[in-house]
Amino acid sequence: MRNTQVIQVEGLTKKFGDFVAVDHISFEVEKGEIFGFLGANGAGKTTAMRMLTGLSKPSSGKGKVAGFDVLKESERIKERIGYMSQKFSLYEDLTVKENIRFYGGIYGLSKNQIRTKTSQILEELQLSEVGAKPVRSLPLGWKQRLAFAVSMVHEPEIVFLDEPTGGVDPNVRRQFWEAIYQASELGRTIFVTTHYMDEAEYCDRISIMVSGMIKALDSPDNLKKQF
Amino acid sequence: MFKVFMAFVRKEFYHILRDKRTLLILFGMPLAQVLIFGYAVTNEFKDARIDVLDYAKDETSEQYINHLQSSGNFIVRKVLASQKDMEAGMKSGKTKLVVSIPENFSEDFYSGSPTQIQVITDGSDPNNANTLVQYLTEMTRSFQRTKRNESPNPYSIHVASRMLYNPQLASAYNFVPGTIALILLIICAMLTSLTIAKEKEIGTMEILLVSPLSPLLIILGKVAPYALLSFGNAVIVILIGFFVFDVPVLGSTVLLLGMCFLYVFTALSLGIFISTTVKTQQEAMMKSLMGLMMPSMLLSGFIFPLASMPTVLEYIGKLIPATYFIRILKGVMLRGVGLNFILFEVGVLLMMTLGFLLLSWRNFKIRLE
Repeated sequence: MRNTQVIQVEGLTKKFGDFVAVDHISFEVEKGEIFGFLGANGAGKTTAMRMLTGLSKPSSGKGKVAGFDVLKESERIKERIGYMSQKFSLYEDLTVKENIRFYGGIYGLSKNQIRTKTSQILEELQLSEVGAKPVRSLPLGWKQRLAFAVSMVHEPEIVFLDEPTGGVDPNVRRQFWEAIYQASELGRTIFVTTHYMDEAEYCDRISIMVSGMIKALDSPDNLKKQF
Repeated sequence: MFKVFMAFVRKEFYHILRDKRTLLILFGMPLAQVLIFGYAVTNEFKDARIDVLDYAKDETSEQYINHLQSSGNFIVRKVLASQKDMEAGMKSGKTKLVVSIPENFSEDFYSGSPTQIQVITDGSDPNNANTLVQYLTEMTRSFQRTKRNESPNPYSIHVASRMLYNPQLASAYNFVPGTIALILLIICAMLTSLTIAKEKEIGTMEILLVSPLSPLLIILGKVAPYALLSFGNAVIVILIGFFVFDVPVLGSTVLLLGMCFLYVFTALSLGIFISTTVKTQQEAMMKSLMGLMMPSMLLSGFIFPLASMPTVLEYIGKLIPATYFIRILKGVMLRGVGLNFILFEVGVLLMMTLGFLLLSWRNFKIRLE
């Protein structure tokens, strides 16, 4: 195995009683790659992601994220990853700045780092004017991009995005993917789940999940040739 | 670690200060409760209107009627002419009690033969009726005493009763401890379960769990502000009780505050436990209102005495933390006892706290598995 593989998974399985949500999946993700998990609702995408982020314990199988074991070293993994869930993950009653400050705070950033990060995010997203406004008052597209920026406040190696563009119009989705590309260019690995076919095309490689199993895994172009 | 904790606490304070509902529960509820219980729900009364049916119509009966009014508790609304008029005042609700004085009142009274005065009350309001009869009986006794002292009759037994620890039978002595127990429970348990349920509902809980923060720190950071605020609330209620309603704190203040702190801890662990069993704020609200507030109010001995309840309810009452805390408060505040008198209650609260925390921990583990 090469050093540049930031995620290595082998036979990862999750059972809830008799139900097998994730069935012996294996794959690797390269550093800087945009890796997509495509599948219908209930195919096991979220459960797989939850195991990689340490939210859920695998029933069997092995997995390494950022060089650490998902079973034994989930605490170390947590320091190195960012996460954005399907649900909008900022506090609506806090202002833009307060949200950045809070998430910076829980990742142990110093006051100075938080200040630098805040102005950087506000500038990049052109949100300087609304920095003191509650997040509630922002349009959905802005919120989404802010949530993405906040999930990377601690400069993680890998960012996990769980259906980040659910319920957003195509225009906003395009904007959001631009932000993903920017992050990827900085050398960050992006692990994203989606059930939109067109979004899968934006990824470097995608794996298609059907009822807990990976049915196909390749670059979008190769997959198109295959099917 | 401490810095991370403070970041959490600051965020939580923003939530509290920006949410009108939370603010209302935090600061409106204690005030409203104390004032409602203090002024409206009271067993004491003044100027109760009574009717008199005076068959005797002599000097003694007149003295007796005057004596009844002298305390300020009773005002004679009407002197009735016959028994037929009795019900009219009662039905209209204008009078709560009728005193009927027999024809040979004076004669019997001075000759030492048994004298009977009939008292008729409005039983549709039994609590009130009972209190009125008690007051009237007391007034009648004192009338007898003053008269007997004037006459040379040596045979009279006089029962002097004294209510220890609450000589005036002030209802504040009961409602201040009860209110503290209720308020702490509501604020700690309900708001804690609500705030944790809210994080789950809006999806931020997942983000927090993916962060390097330990679950313990997340929970501590969330509940610490509520612990602080409800502890402050307890102090405010004690102060209002002391200055406005003259409820004393006879025992050690340090012990009292320590006990409040213990109870805050119990209520918090209960709130955390509730939050591990719910997914939405609404569920948390229902569970804490129905499961905590109602039983704590009705079965803790706050409003109705536990001892007079059916056995089943009595046992349910014994499962409620407020029951023990009210006992502790009454002991420390009113009877001035030390820790050694309330060891059992303290032990029960400690056990309950430990139990709730263990249950929460188990639920939490299951969720992660």
